[in-house]
Amino acid sequence: MKMKLLHGIAAAALALGAGTAMADEDAELVINGDLEIVTKTDAPAHLEGAVGEIMSGWRFRDSTTQVMQMDDFDNPGMIFVDDARDMWATAEGSEGKSCMDCHGEPEDMAGVKPVYPKWNEAAGEVRTLQMQMNDCRENRMGAETWKYDAGDAVAMEALLASVSRGMPVNVATDGPGQSTWEQGKELYYTRTGQLDLSCASCHELNYGNMIRADHLSQGQVNGFPTYRLKNTKLNGIHSRFKGCVRDTRAETFSAGSPEFVALEMYVASRGNGLSVEGPSVRN
Amino acid sequence: MKRTTIALAAFALGTGMAFADTVAPGNVAFDGYEVAESLTGTPGDPEKGREIMTNKSEGNCISCHAAEAYADVPFHGEVGPMLDGAGDRWSEAELRGLVVNAKMAFEGTVMPAFYKTEGFNRLGDGFTGKAHPEDKPVEPLLNAQQVEDVVAYLKTLTE
Repeated sequence: MKMKLLHGIAAAALALGAGTAMADEDAELVINGDLEIVTKTDAPAHLEGAVGEIMSGWRFRDSTTQVMQMDDFDNPGMIFVDDARDMWATAEGSEGKSCMDCHGEPEDMAGVKPVYPKWNEAAGEVRTLQMQMNDCRENRMGAETWKYDAGDAVAMEALLASVSRGMPVNVATDGPGQSTWEQGKELYYTRTGQLDLSCASCHELNYGNMIRADHLSQGQVNGFPTYRLKNTKLNGIHSRFKGCVRDTRAETFSAGSPEFVALEMYVASRGNGLSVEGPSVRN
Repeated sequence: MKRTTIALAAFALGTGMAFADTVAPGNVAFDGYEVAESLTGTPGDPEKGREIMTNKSEGNCISCHAAEAYADVPFHGEVGPMLDGAGDRWSEAELRGLVVNAKMAFEGTVMPAFYKTEGFNRLGDGFTGKAHPEDKPVEPLLNAQQVEDVVAYLKTLTE
């Protein structure tokens, strides 16, 4: 019913001229007719005093974009997930192993994505999913590591996200990873560049407001990797961070840098309670 | 004679050189959050000010501030207050101070300082994402005369 309504809105918007459709902040996201996605819920306790309710970026996009994520056949991000499924089963490297040899089916990895970035005891550091994937490639497969946020890495991350869709993000904010989390929090509130803006300037203090023709979201990362209509490819979290920091007229950090690992951990934890929805569709 | 003066002025602006009587960003005299003295001594041009405020590659004030006064330009932001009536609410000195560095009036505001060249964290080289080269002079977001033009336009926004 909801979906029909959205399709109706989408058709109307197209009739009026693409790009004029406004966000439907009250729409609910159900994928393929049965996978319910939490796109709005109470903020986790650590955000008390800052944000009361957390919302997925899906709620801030116009209805034509929203609809694309409601059916896997309409979601261009799923093409990359299919590619990653092939990679998952393909042996690589000096050990002649595939991901599947150790981990089984991609579906057996459900529940992994929601808790990343996460403390790795043996390595003594917080790791993103991409870092962990490269550890596997290097040390178990004897294969070349993937460039951070480049095509293969982000497609594999999308596959691992897709099998956890609907599960709540649950990144630890305490324990041995706490100092990294604190570092990420510090970065979130630090202003940079000639425009002197922090993440919070736009995504905590001004979400819901328009900045020129762009509807500011909360900057949640539960939908990553994200297929953006703007560049017609899957985008990783760190690449998105880079774009934001660059737009403050600042010197950015690089994808995979310790700063962005910490920032990803903190920002992901701001979405604790939202569903994993990657690969999502955004503009 | 007049033509020579204009040509020289254009040359000075074009190369980014400051006029002798232009107040440099580091020398702006604030009285509280107000700046009484013109940054250039040349009266601002409200028409140019309107263009600067609504142009993405100049002031781009429209990104955050809406106003009926420039309703003909599409997509007004909602981050800052509406500017209709700003010319009633604020004096010229207050408006100049707000454009130069709004943080002098509103601590913690998200509004960037438009006439400031020092004290930034991780200053980039424009929108390249790369560090600003140390040997390259930092340009303020607006030059002194542009600030005056914007102030002159804002003064016309009365209700």
